[in-house]
Amino acid sequence: MIGTALPELSIELTPTVVISTALATRDFTPVHHDTALARAQGSKDIFLNILTTMGLVERYVTDWAGPRAVIRSIDVKLGVPAYAGDRLTFTGTVVAGADDRLTVEVRGRVSLGDHATATVTFTPEES
Amino acid sequence: MTDEELHELAGKQVALGEMRGAPAPDPVNVPMIRHWLTAMGDTNPAYLDQGLAPPAMAQVWTMQGAGQNRSPVDDLLAALNGSGYTGVVATNCEQTYHRYARVGELLTPATRLTGLAGPKRTALGVGFFATWNVTWYGDGDEPVAEMMFRVLKFRPREPEPERRPPYPLQPAVNQDTAFFWEGAKQEELRIQCCADCGELRHPPGPMCSRCRSANRSHTVASGAGTLYSYVVHHHPPVPGRATPFVVGVVELPEGVRIVGNVVDCPIGEVEIGMRLKVTYRAMDDRLVLPVWAPEES
Repeated sequence: MIGTALPELSIELTPTVVISTALATRDFTPVHHDTALARAQGSKDIFLNILTTMGLVERYVTDWAGPRAVIRSIDVKLGVPAYAGDRLTFTGTVVAGADDRLTVEVRGRVSLGDHATATVTFTPEES
Repeated sequence: MTDEELHELAGKQVALGEMRGAPAPDPVNVPMIRHWLTAMGDTNPAYLDQGLAPPAMAQVWTMQGAGQNRSPVDDLLAALNGSGYTGVVATNCEQTYHRYARVGELLTPATRLTGLAGPKRTALGVGFFATWNVTWYGDGDEPVAEMMFRVLKFRPREPEPERRPPYPLQPAVNQDTAFFWEGAKQEELRIQCCADCGELRHPPGPMCSRCRSANRSHTVASGAGTLYSYVVHHHPPVPGRATPFVVGVVELPEGVRIVGNVVDCPIGEVEIGMRLKVTYRAMDDRLVLPVWAPEES
């Protein structure tokens, strides 16, 4: 199990994705939905909010681990912004397995570099 | 606030410990879960089948509108803003899930500041790392999830100073004269001298007129002078200058004469023999001119 690579997941970050996820996480900060304002503040465009990064990392792991997996923790180190118009590509590897817990390291990359570097622990099947 | 005062405030806020905020406006509910799953593109059926919230939604339930709950973190962030550390970027978000929240459950957040580190140099500028923890409590007061969150509050770099357009009249700087213009930038009035016999000469040249040595050096003049001669220039117009202006020949006590503008003096009061002192004017981002002002001013 250790060393197993997760299948890649690539998400096109359309404005719809950036805005709908921001609103679904109840984050109304304008830089996540108002392009003109985001640019006026020096950003290239609107960008993903952190709650969405957490949600997408969770989705990436459970897409592979299946509905019976129980997520125990998600640690994310945040890197470059994930702007609308870019593409967010997740890769992952199982790095540890102790007791009934597996640990997966996840990288979410955009054109500027690593958007998120994450460590996710989960129980494959709730006993 | 000084950096020490910021640390002091952080220490006080850390000592406050965990402070409960207002409970979530709505209990954990199916519509918000469904909306979240759709937006994330998450097709995992487990959540809605079992009436559980995706764990990464922990923070969603208690997201607040602007400033309804003051937590120990807010005062510190406000103080950092007030001290010029106005930039913000999140660096770490670590969530631990004790269990999945259940539909119908009302979550209440509690926040405690855990640390302030800095000031540190970062790629974005000098800043402080502020770290806090949020714990979400469910119906039975047991923790459902916890989060460690860290942000960098940084002092945005000063924008590049606006470049001034180059002054249209540039001196011909060469190996013979570069020392003079370098001196002006450092507010030194440098006069060339012969490295062998010590004779001063201005304007600079390649050879000593007294001993014909080509070895040269320079000395720094005191900056005092008397006006030996002058003209008032009215016409024609000179690019980069407003007319009229005064061009003087200034005699230095060191024994040479130098041409320069007479400034900070009404033209009617300029007179031969007046005592002057050198001053320096930055004409653009690179050129500094020595000019002369009345000694008493």
